[in-house]
Amino acid sequence: MDRIPLEKKVLSENDRIAARLRHSFREHKILCVNLISSPGSGKTSLLERTLERLPKGARVAVLTGDIQTDNDACRLARFGFPAKQITTGGTCHLDALRVERALADWPLESLDLLIIENVGNLVCPSSYDLGEAAKIVMLSVTEGEDKPLKYPSIFAKSELLILNKIDLLPYVPFDITRACEYARQTHPGMEILEVSCTTGQGLDQWTQWLEKRKQATDLHG
Amino acid sequence: MHELSIADAILDAVRVEVKKRPGAHVTKVGVRVGALSGVEPEALSFGFSALVQGTDLEPLELVIEPVPRRQRCPACEFTFEVAEDNLACPRCASAETLLAGGDELNLVYLEVGE
Repeated sequence: MDRIPLEKKVLSENDRIAARLRHSFREHKILCVNLISSPGSGKTSLLERTLERLPKGARVAVLTGDIQTDNDACRLARFGFPAKQITTGGTCHLDALRVERALADWPLESLDLLIIENVGNLVCPSSYDLGEAAKIVMLSVTEGEDKPLKYPSIFAKSELLILNKIDLLPYVPFDITRACEYARQTHPGMEILEVSCTTGQGLDQWTQWLEKRKQATDLHG
Repeated sequence: MHELSIADAILDAVRVEVKKRPGAHVTKVGVRVGALSGVEPEALSFGFSALVQGTDLEPLELVIEPVPRRQRCPACEFTFEVAEDNLACPRCASAETLLAGGDELNLVYLEVGE
């Protein structure tokens, strides 16, 4: 009986494609962010509010992942920016190959910002690198405030936490102080933004975060 | 639940190695699974046994080596394994520690018989 040492990533094929994408985003000076949350936290609503605030000539595109339907891409295409649906047909996450295929016929030189809206799921998307500069996790106040403790992987790996539906706080038992404590327990020093896609609260800070992150990417790759 | 796709990726990787070693029969595959990998060991074992059944690789045992999350303390340059979700530095008690590992999902070894 021989033991052959390997020490190789199980998802090495995904990681190889993700590295290719990351290189291409750097070359074209594109900030790519990967937005992850449970179903119904408000990812698509945040993208609608974001696109609506951008000047007409902004060089922005969105990819949106779902198991079925192109409803989200239709919602997002109304704002006049390139929006494409990736339908996974049952798979609970996006992978780098799907992203690369979706981008194949897009001219990357005409983009500054690419937002990828992942399939609604807090577990599986955390295992798949899409070549993004940053993962962003969203949690809404109609969910449990202990989600950062229940799903530590995605909270540990995300640069920013967006707490959405903040306008509903008076009507739900969500303890926002504890939610922030839990998030920082799994990710010390985590940046947190409080947002409402209904009232517009926090959206300025969100677009400022994107601008700041874009400048950092341009400087440091 | 993406453990089935992960199990499939493990089998693909085993097949690649088997091709390099004609005549060898792989009996065991060792996989390291980090606490932050997003992969549930029990679901992975279940998915793996379901996928391997009836294939040319059967019988093939999956051995999972779980590894904990690691954090690094920038204040005292200490890297430590996290126990009971406590991320504070055990040496200087600083709470501002940084993620240093624990998202591994690696093929570690194959055991090959005649």
